[in-house]
Amino acid sequence: MTPAETPAPERGTARLALRLLLMAAILILAMLPVLNQLPVDSALHVSDFIVSIGGKWITYAVLALAIDLAWGYAGILSLGHGAFFALGGYAMGMHLMRLIGTRGVYGHPVLPDFMVFLGYKELPWYWLGFEYFPYAMLMAMVVPGLLALIIGFLAFRSRITGVYLSIITQAMTYALMLAFFRNDMGFGGNNGFTDFKELLGMPLQTANARAVLYYASLALLLVSLLLCWRIAASKLGRVLVAIRDAESRVRFLGYDVTQHKLFVFVLSAMIAGLAGALYVPQVGIINPGEFSPGNSIEAVIWVAVGGRGSLIGAILGAFSVNALKTWLTTVAPDLWLFALGGLFVAVTLFLPRGLIGLFSREKRA
Amino acid sequence: MKRFLLSCFLALLLMTSGRAQEGFVAALPGLGASFGETASAVEKLGASGDPRGLPILKALQDGTLLRAGDGRILLGQGNAAVDAATGAAAPADGAEPVRLNNRVRSALRSALGQLQLLSPDATERAAAADAVFRSASAENIRLIDTALARETVPAIKEKLRLALAAAQLAGTEAEAKRQAITTLGHAGSTEAREILLKAKAADASLAAPIDVALTEIDRSLAYRRAAETFVQGLSLGSVLLLAALGLAITFGVMGVINMAHGEFVMLGAYATFLVQEALRGTPFAPWALPLAIPAAFLITAAVGALLERGFIRHLYGRPLETLLMTFGVGMVLQQAIRLGFGAQNREVISPPWMQGTLLLPGGIAMTQNRLWIILFGILVFLLVVAAIRFTRLGLEMRAVVQNRRIAATMGIRTGRVDALTFAFGSGLAGLAGVALSQIDNVSPNLGTGYIIDSFMVVVFGGVGSLFGTLVGALTLGIINKVLEPYAGAVLAKVFVLVAIMLFIQRRPRGLFALKGRAAEA
Repeated sequence: MTPAETPAPERGTARLALRLLLMAAILILAMLPVLNQLPVDSALHVSDFIVSIGGKWITYAVLALAIDLAWGYAGILSLGHGAFFALGGYAMGMHLMRLIGTRGVYGHPVLPDFMVFLGYKELPWYWLGFEYFPYAMLMAMVVPGLLALIIGFLAFRSRITGVYLSIITQAMTYALMLAFFRNDMGFGGNNGFTDFKELLGMPLQTANARAVLYYASLALLLVSLLLCWRIAASKLGRVLVAIRDAESRVRFLGYDVTQHKLFVFVLSAMIAGLAGALYVPQVGIINPGEFSPGNSIEAVIWVAVGGRGSLIGAILGAFSVNALKTWLTTVAPDLWLFALGGLFVAVTLFLPRGLIGLFSREKRA
Repeated sequence: MKRFLLSCFLALLLMTSGRAQEGFVAALPGLGASFGETASAVEKLGASGDPRGLPILKALQDGTLLRAGDGRILLGQGNAAVDAATGAAAPADGAEPVRLNNRVRSALRSALGQLQLLSPDATERAAAADAVFRSASAENIRLIDTALARETVPAIKEKLRLALAAAQLAGTEAEAKRQAITTLGHAGSTEAREILLKAKAADASLAAPIDVALTEIDRSLAYRRAAETFVQGLSLGSVLLLAALGLAITFGVMGVINMAHGEFVMLGAYATFLVQEALRGTPFAPWALPLAIPAAFLITAAVGALLERGFIRHLYGRPLETLLMTFGVGMVLQQAIRLGFGAQNREVISPPWMQGTLLLPGGIAMTQNRLWIILFGILVFLLVVAAIRFTRLGLEMRAVVQNRRIAATMGIRTGRVDALTFAFGSGLAGLAGVALSQIDNVSPNLGTGYIIDSFMVVVFGGVGSLFGTLVGALTLGIINKVLEPYAGAVLAKVFVLVAIMLFIQRRPRGLFALKGRAAEA
């Protein structure tokens, strides 16, 4: 269905330039919290705002990376990756809620405020264990991964591909959003979780905590990028690209398409979950709005803008679209949705390989 | 013998009217003396069945019943006041209005009911019969008997029979009670159920027959509830059908997922609003809604044609990109409408002939506009089927669905067919917007609430099958409404989504899948 669009092997100067740019970008990103420590009147001082928004964008970039792995390589366009992101966020949120302890409005030692308010007598069973940080982080990967495993197994097994799969995943995140809006789910309903106090003993509202979370996000981004690169360069990556371009043919050649797709889908969901887990403490809130189908599709457009099937492109897209968003929503809030909608149209029509395509001198086949 | 009976009857008549006369005159001085006395006077007036009591009670309700310092009761105000007992003009100097409290008000309600039972106005009698039925008081038996003998309208007679049964049940005659229980059992209404439950609590010896009647009522109530759920499901299904038809056509024929479809529905609703505003104050105003149908169709069809020619045709063969692109278009449309019309809801008024509730046989209630939407949905579906089967464009569309290349070789201009198909599908979305303007808020994000459900309909019904869309839409509508009372609207939606995911495990291409080569296209 889709014409062959292998990730163009970038050669020579273009490739070198890209590598250098990448190194420079990582260096700059790594320096931001340090520059934040400089005195305010210093020319190189970076404001708190930049650091916190930078940390947030890095988690977005990880989400974009996860989407690109599934879409750009295996051709699985998931319109529900925001759900995996949000589930990871909720896992972290649950941990943070447990850490509030007696500092809540009702001062209950075990139950979070909203549970006291709703008349819970004890923690629901699925909240057990979330007071331990490693368990919460594990759940931030396992829960999205499990959901992806189930959905993916059901979908890929019956050979639901292309737009069908997109619609199914969109319905999935929509259903989750409706479910999480309910109070009796035990996830805080409409309001979700907020008013977090601390993480791993660090009060969240300090520069120190911001920097730690920032570096954690950056580390996650680099590790995920390296992992995805390794996968893309391996035989597995080649098979995935082959599946993307001619699924039936790969199946006839004897590869187990379902397993390959399932692997990449689950891995992608787990990465997205971790990104969500780091996102929540940085923004200080998680609510069912994160599940809205619009969020997932916005993340997809980051990847499209940056250029899919190149990993770097996804990261570039996440940063540039969000920079545009931050700028436009302050300058002309009404125009942002026009710009975003316009991006969808312009990128699909005129820049099918995204911004990264501009670096590559190869003409589109 | 005949004369004897007649004289007996006359005597009875005289006696009753004599007693009524007495009751009427005796009751008057109580009005306005104190709240307690006013209430008992009102009760007496009601029980008397005397038509002269009616204007007095109505005046009491309206606050125009006056009590003079010497205890005379006057009707009306100022110099126009008349003496309630004699009907002679009487100056109202120094007279004070009779005041009401809750006890008086409730006595007033049932007394008005009693007197209105004999009113010449049929709707007033019907309302009164309902009120007397609800009061279920044994004092009313005689009154209801009188009313029943006079009544000529069958529907009101039926109501009176129920009222009589309710009154008898509160009375003392054992045989009448037993019959009353059976009558109430046949009525099958929640009110009858309550009356029976009260009677059961009051008199344990009646428990057995009442239980039988209660089961009967419960059965007919359950039946009615099921029927109402079914009708509601049908109406939701018709809305989904309207929204999904256009989607099914564009997806089926062109393989294009139009994520802006929901926004086209929204445009249709705004077109309806615009037509209504344009016709406001003109003699055509009541016909704004039917006139909006072609307007909405044409506007959305035009936007759809523009979208197809301007953008979508460059992306053929790349369904995922088309999906993203149309999503972006939807965003822009939504924001444009939000800026142009404001984010608040716009009101589209239902024409008078669509308002109100319709009572179907068996006591099933449904609102008129829901009924119209069902009819509209079916009509549009039939028209679409006919258009595809019998028109030239329909023929060409079917040819392109079956084999685009061969259709092109046969001289069909597939590009033109695509554009027209897309315009047609978008126009159908506009029609859905007209229908939705009647039952939902017309706001910029009107479409987003329906788009995912419509996709589910298409996936469930099978792409490229109009019949599948029909069955899918109605099934999903009904399942949604059946689940709602048990699980709540939100969980019902979640269940349906999960069920569809499991369903497409068995039939990945939907209920009515295209077979053979067409399925691989």
